Amino acid sequence: MNTQISRRNFLKSASALAGATLVVGFDAGKAVAQSAGTSDITPFVRVAADGKVTAIIKHFECGQGTATGLSALIAEELNMPLDAVEVDFAPANAALYGNTLFGGAQGTGGSTAMADSYLKYRTAGAAAREMLITAAAEVWGVSPSDVTLKDGVLSAGDTSAPIGDLVSAAAQLDVPANPTLKDPSEFTIIGNPDTNRRDNGPKTNGTATYGMDIQLDNQIVAVLLRGPRFGGTLVSHDDSAAQDVPGYIRSAALPPQAGAGVIVYAQNTWAAFQARDSITADWDFSAAENRSSDQMKADLMAAVNTDAEFDARGTPAETAAALKGAAQVIERDFFFPFLAHGTMEPMTCVVAPSETGVTVYDGCQFPTAVLGAFAAVLQIPQEAIEVKTIYAGGTFGRRATQTADYHVEAALAFAFAGGQQPVKLVWSREDDIKGGYYRPAYAHKVRVGLDDAGQIVGWDHRIAGKPIFKGGPFDAALVHGGVDNSSVEGTRDTPYALPGMYVGLTDGKTPVPVNWWRSVGHSHTAFVMETMMDMAAEAAGQDPVEYRLGYLAGGTPDQNRMANVLRVAAERSGWTSDMAEGHSRGVAVHKSFGTFVAEVVEISGNADDGVAIENVTCVVDCGVAVTPDVVVAQMESGIGYGIGHAMRNEITFSDGEVDQFNFPDYEPLRISDIKSIETHIVPSAEAPTGVGEPSTPPSAPALANAIARTGTRVTHLPMAENGVSFA
Amino acid sequence: MANSLKINGQMLSVDAPEGTPLLWVIRDELKLTGTKFGCGVASCGACTVHIDGQPTRSCQTYIEDVADTEITTIEGAESDVARAVHQAWNELNVVQCGYCQSGQIMSAVGLLTENAKPTADEIDDYMWGNACRCATYQRIRTAVQRASDILEA
Ligand code: FES
Ligand code: FES
Repeated sequence: MNTQISRRNFLKSASALAGATLVVGFDAGKAVAQSAGTSDITPFVRVAADGKVTAIIKHFECGQGTATGLSALIAEELNMPLDAVEVDFAPANAALYGNTLFGGAQGTGGSTAMADSYLKYRTAGAAAREMLITAAAEVWGVSPSDVTLKDGVLSAGDTSAPIGDLVSAAAQLDVPANPTLKDPSEFTIIGNPDTNRRDNGPKTNGTATYGMDIQLDNQIVAVLLRGPRFGGTLVSHDDSAAQDVPGYIRSAALPPQAGAGVIVYAQNTWAAFQARDSITADWDFSAAENRSSDQMKADLMAAVNTDAEFDARGTPAETAAALKGAAQVIERDFFFPFLAHGTMEPMTCVVAPSETGVTVYDGCQFPTAVLGAFAAVLQIPQEAIEVKTIYAGGTFGRRATQTADYHVEAALAFAFAGGQQPVKLVWSREDDIKGGYYRPAYAHKVRVGLDDAGQIVGWDHRIAGKPIFKGGPFDAALVHGGVDNSSVEGTRDTPYALPGMYVGLTDGKTPVPVNWWRSVGHSHTAFVMETMMDMAAEAAGQDPVEYRLGYLAGGTPDQNRMANVLRVAAERSGWTSDMAEGHSRGVAVHKSFGTFVAEVVEISGNADDGVAIENVTCVVDCGVAVTPDVVVAQMESGIGYGIGHAMRNEITFSDGEVDQFNFPDYEPLRISDIKSIETHIVPSAEAPTGVGEPSTPPSAPALANAIARTGTRVTHLPMAENGVSFA
Repeated sequence: MANSLKINGQMLSVDAPEGTPLLWVIRDELKLTGTKFGCGVASCGACTVHIDGQPTRSCQTYIEDVADTEITTIEGAESDVARAVHQAWNELNVVQCGYCQSGQIMSAVGLLTENAKPTADEIDDYMWGNACRCATYQRIRTAVQRASDILEA
């Protein structure tokens, strides 16, 4: 995918209320000067008659700092303090807000928010600035070059006026086709490390409203009793014991095509949980996943030890020939378990009747799919649905699924309740851990041939796991020649110059629903690539940093940027310096979502006596860092997420039923697990790229490589279940 | 069953059956939604409130057990310590999704009330039960120390 903004999107303005408001945005195809309303353009910035400036944010906020980053772009171009720019979330409307990188569907994912928006928001802000300046120049009879705009005030010589005074004049003007963007040397907000988050206040005093917090008059709560095995169907259920639960209303069997389960209604959340616990049900498991984890793992392992279904890069024959001539072949297999996302706020969604149709309250990551789901289930046109985007208590990918799973449930719960009163669908933590849409389990098997000098001559890499996109709405874009890109990304497209590389893929088959999970395919491929590079360096008797640099010396832009973060990480971590007694270091570097991240993990102890993570040094190249402190925070977050799961998380099955139930056996990373993280952003003039995911991929292999220095090489995850104890 | 509760300095009467977790009384009956539901089994800390000044998991505290106590939720956290914690959290941009942060703050206030100058290890020990899936831990640790400095000044 490329991050170029289509120049076919023209800047446009609309004077919404008879010239009282200046709204600047883009339309989809043709340049039009003025418009009576805002419905035909995508508004990015609005200047009201009272001078209030609002950034319209088209991506939802789940902690990654989107609101801060995008409003900073507007504030920068309008020369005003960030706090003075208000923030509004855009309503769901794919025609208006299609994310260019998502093929036109409105969504947040793949760390695309900043990449897609950097130029669009700045251009809209710059156009608004030029229009205000031109309006002032015309009204005052001076040249535009004599007018300045700062902190919401226009001035020329002795004359000055707040921008609100010139909004209606500005709204009458044609929108400049190519407004001049501020030169980066003049930036005061973009790249400023002291820019604070916009959402600190409500998120520290308890007033931020999440889906779980919506309380509407007359609202009832719905929870689902789901089948214990994926792919099972409901035969019958009995709610007689639930009748004794105060607050229980009633239950309804879901239609089979909507999944297997019973909707349970109650007056409040606790009553709903209690009632659900007392309902018994019979299930038909004939088409269900009935295997246990040992078997599921053995099946994937077998798949990587034989011919692959699809070739993703190279051919097995050429690589086999290259390996034949090798002085030594190093070989390793890998296993990655299913993983739940474990968002702090479990899934929830509120649906209420409205005058036109329904209003949906959701921490909505993927509005296009959500609109489609509600329209399909409720049989109403999309225009009848209003989606109110509210804060989401984390997502890591979970709030967007290709089937809009919990939105479909919410729509059904609303419809089955009669469609006359607000219904709040609530997932418990148990629902979240047992509910599927996992990062798929994957197996890899790699054989790397080295010559006498320890240089790589061939790389045979086989992968097996359930594809995420195949058969779904993104199939045409992301599956080619049978290869689902999400299964192999990070291997076949590695910036390392690897001779004789073969990547083969076999699809895993299971009814367990899978989904993208923070960093998608990179969540397992980076671990394999960086472990094998480390093992190759070891076999060659070379330093792991120097060895990697040798494969990044080809001079391509990707190789240069990857080598640079690796070098800086070595410097910053004191890679070649002495360590405290009993300490070890490991390194990993990876490119994902256009961003390059190198990490060095320093541990104390060893696998037998207990490993403690003393420090993580992280170096990132994400192009221009619009809000550097948000970038640092995302690096810290992604490292914790990657390391925490690699240490001890897995979803396992016994006869098709998920073994884990809640946090006690899907233990989150805790504050004491990582003693410190130091992040360094390398300066860059490249267009900004994603930061929500790219620190996750290198974190686990850097830890594994550090542990390997103490004599234990772990390649089956989680580490704690495969021979590594943690202090 | 009618129960009276003293929450954030106010006496309130609620109708909830015995065995109802305080969490759901606070959220669903009293509509004080700053206190969050994360796990329901005392393993995440999102539901932390103060009962007689002690940070307590409201998901594992039952309505019948809090009759003669003073309950404080995030909405009522207004002590000097709470103010310092808020300020530190803002200065350091601790929050990400924010969903765990009410609980983090209630625990941090409890810690600093007991121990004005905690070491990094003491912070880790005390805050261990407050999970943050966004992994904001590094900033939480620094912010507790910053709040301690603010209080000392
Ligand atoms: S909700 Fe009470 S500790 Fe998790
Ligand atoms: S800020 Fe998201 S869970 Fe803590």
